[in-house]
Amino acid sequence: MRVELSVNGKPHVVEVESRTSLLDCLRERLLLNGAHAGCEHGVCGACTVLIDGTPMRSCLMFAVQADGYVITTIEGLSPGPGELSPVQDAFCETHGMQCGYCTPAMILTAHALLAGNPAPTRAEIVEAISGNICRCTGYAQIVEAIALAAERMRGVNRPDGADASAQAGPA
Amino acid sequence: MSGPATPFRFVSSDRRVREDRRFVVGKGRFAADIAMAGTRHVALVSCPYPAARIVAIDKAAALALPGVHYVLDGRELTAATSPLLAGLDIPNVPRRPLAVDVARYAGEWVAAVVADTRALAEDAAELVNVDYEPLPFVLDGEEAYAAGSPRVHEAHGTNVLLDRTFVWGEVEKDFAESRHRLAFKVKWGRSATVPIETFGVLASWDPWREILDVFASIQMPRFPDQVALALKLPGSAVRVHNDVDVGGSYGVKRGIKHAVLVAFLSRRLGFPVRLMEDRLENMRGGDAHGPERNFDIEVAFDDAGVIRAMKMRALDNVGAYAGRSPFQLGKPISAIVGPYRIKSVQYRAIAVTSNKTTQEAVRAFGQSPTNYAIERTLEEVAWHRGLDRLEVRRRNLIKADQFPYLIPSGTSYDSGDYDAVIDKVLAQADYATLEAERDRLRGQGLLAGIGIAACLEPSGANSTFELLLNPKNETTTYTESCRITVDVSGAVTANIHTVSAGQGHETLVGTVVGEVLGIDPDRIRVVRPDSLSAMPSQSPVGSRMAIMLGGAAFHAAQKLKARLVAIGAHDLGIPEERTAYENGNVSDRAAPQLTAHSTTYAVFNLPRDLSLGDEILL
Repeated sequence: MRVELSVNGKPHVVEVESRTSLLDCLRERLLLNGAHAGCEHGVCGACTVLIDGTPMRSCLMFAVQADGYVITTIEGLSPGPGELSPVQDAFCETHGMQCGYCTPAMILTAHALLAGNPAPTRAEIVEAISGNICRCTGYAQIVEAIALAAERMRGVNRPDGADASAQAGPA
Repeated sequence: MSGPATPFRFVSSDRRVREDRRFVVGKGRFAADIAMAGTRHVALVSCPYPAARIVAIDKAAALALPGVHYVLDGRELTAATSPLLAGLDIPNVPRRPLAVDVARYAGEWVAAVVADTRALAEDAAELVNVDYEPLPFVLDGEEAYAAGSPRVHEAHGTNVLLDRTFVWGEVEKDFAESRHRLAFKVKWGRSATVPIETFGVLASWDPWREILDVFASIQMPRFPDQVALALKLPGSAVRVHNDVDVGGSYGVKRGIKHAVLVAFLSRRLGFPVRLMEDRLENMRGGDAHGPERNFDIEVAFDDAGVIRAMKMRALDNVGAYAGRSPFQLGKPISAIVGPYRIKSVQYRAIAVTSNKTTQEAVRAFGQSPTNYAIERTLEEVAWHRGLDRLEVRRRNLIKADQFPYLIPSGTSYDSGDYDAVIDKVLAQADYATLEAERDRLRGQGLLAGIGIAACLEPSGANSTFELLLNPKNETTTYTESCRITVDVSGAVTANIHTVSAGQGHETLVGTVVGEVLGIDPDRIRVVRPDSLSAMPSQSPVGSRMAIMLGGAAFHAAQKLKARLVAIGAHDLGIPEERTAYENGNVSDRAAPQLTAHSTTYAVFNLPRDLSLGDEILL
């Protein structure tokens, strides 16, 4: 079947079997390997991508179901070659991982959380990543990373200590 | 805020983990990410019975499916390969990737289907029609040990793979002289560790170069050798690539049978072949299973609860074949008394086969069940004497002024302050509050308790357990190595020779080498040559790499530094004692402003007794 996918801001037209999962399509056809297969039945969350900004299991979604939606994978978050998004940088700052296998999905989930809630409580962070398993058990540093990213994205760590809201204005 | 002063510039400083950058952008290089042109995929046909004779395998319907290339069965594979290494003298318990004539656990692989895609291979696997004749089976370890049990391997004549008794010290005398004795059972149920990434391997045989390339998600000592042995290839024909990120392991990414299977298929079919376990395969027929151990403990002690002697019988249900499991009964020997001053010990280690999934290595390699049994022993003694269980532990702990301490089984503990650990744990856990909370809950009629355990684990390089359980094994130590090179620009590259599963070895080595050479660790490149270019490595097992790899990197860097100083001194025409080394440069203490020699000079300005191309090895 012919499917039109918008991935990381670029349109792709691919021929897939109707049974091909979005995960397999992203990895094998679009060569976007940042989404990982873990359990392949919707439990571990390692395959998470954003569909119209919402974290979804790409192993539980057929590629043909993703037609027309805006898909964001981990490859779409880096601002440029060698650069990191604030969330990615925060995960490095706190070492919010061990083996790194669950990490892309964890970061996408964090991005989605912070897009809608710039100042989440610890409980809200924990709830947001409750669908992503880190088997190396690095949760404490993952939660720390997301809180740090939120803080930085709000601008409260600017050198002058000013809050982002106080600096809002024309760019 | 600054931390406590340390003698180090980079070690233990607040630095980022260099591996993280690739993971946060989805650019890890995991087994499933590695693409080779023309790769075909494997799906497995697994036995649904705990024990069954394989009467016939009908491959016709599977092979008729377009895109399906091959269906391999155990007989063909067996004719071309050797059994997997067992480590014990058990020639009649051969272990192979695919079952031959008899399948011995539910989930054992019976056939492998090769197709253009994984999905097609799975379709075809469902079309392979295996005619099974179910056989009597045994699942419980003690039942398998008892006379009259169904035998898992008929030709072996018994289910016992190992039954050895060790006596260290005057056990019977100590028992006879003790006022109190207790006997009880402890059971450690079968455990598993399940990484988010299942096991995966890609193998490609080049028939013109006669070399096998293997990319695998492994954590396995002697992996290349074992694959080569099973395939009847010289070790130099198997090239295992170490620049593969492993998505978690915790001991279980062993993958010998997987690698032998796909390697054979690649040689047989002439294209690269990949096997990625799905979760079901990972959990029932993969390498995820760990110890399942029954303990019978006898303990002799005095009125104060001080233990004098212990008898421990440990029966491990290893599953259908000898994986790494029998040796997991061996590792605890080197810490058989835990942190306690038990004078004499009798240890009987029994490994039996059953119709369960084969055990491989699981985190701590057999030590955890034994720690649990020892800690239960302390609890039983305290209970029996009506004493506080923490007090009984303190009375039995090796004291700080007693180190080095030789335990009955021959290990010398070099140092420790176990009482200080208890003090810290009680303070951190706020023990008094915990007890109050426990009592409050009990007051409400609820069941509540506080678990206490000491845990002493051998790590580093000791592998004498292999020799102890089978005198024919020659391994006594697990080596590790690091090679450091300096290029013509003066840049430093450290080579390490293993894969990692999140342990941060690149950061470890970069930091240690940078520390010794006085160079920012971020400027130390760390690479992972393949197994044919590599020095010996025993892989990151047994919590050993900070000690062994860190130690190798430290000593290699020190050798390099000594050489830089020798070269600098020669070039400056001064004795070495007059040199100063700083940040990779050698200068004359008497005239530091005049000459400084960077690492570049190590390549170009060589004294006669040093030759170009020498590497700094350890």
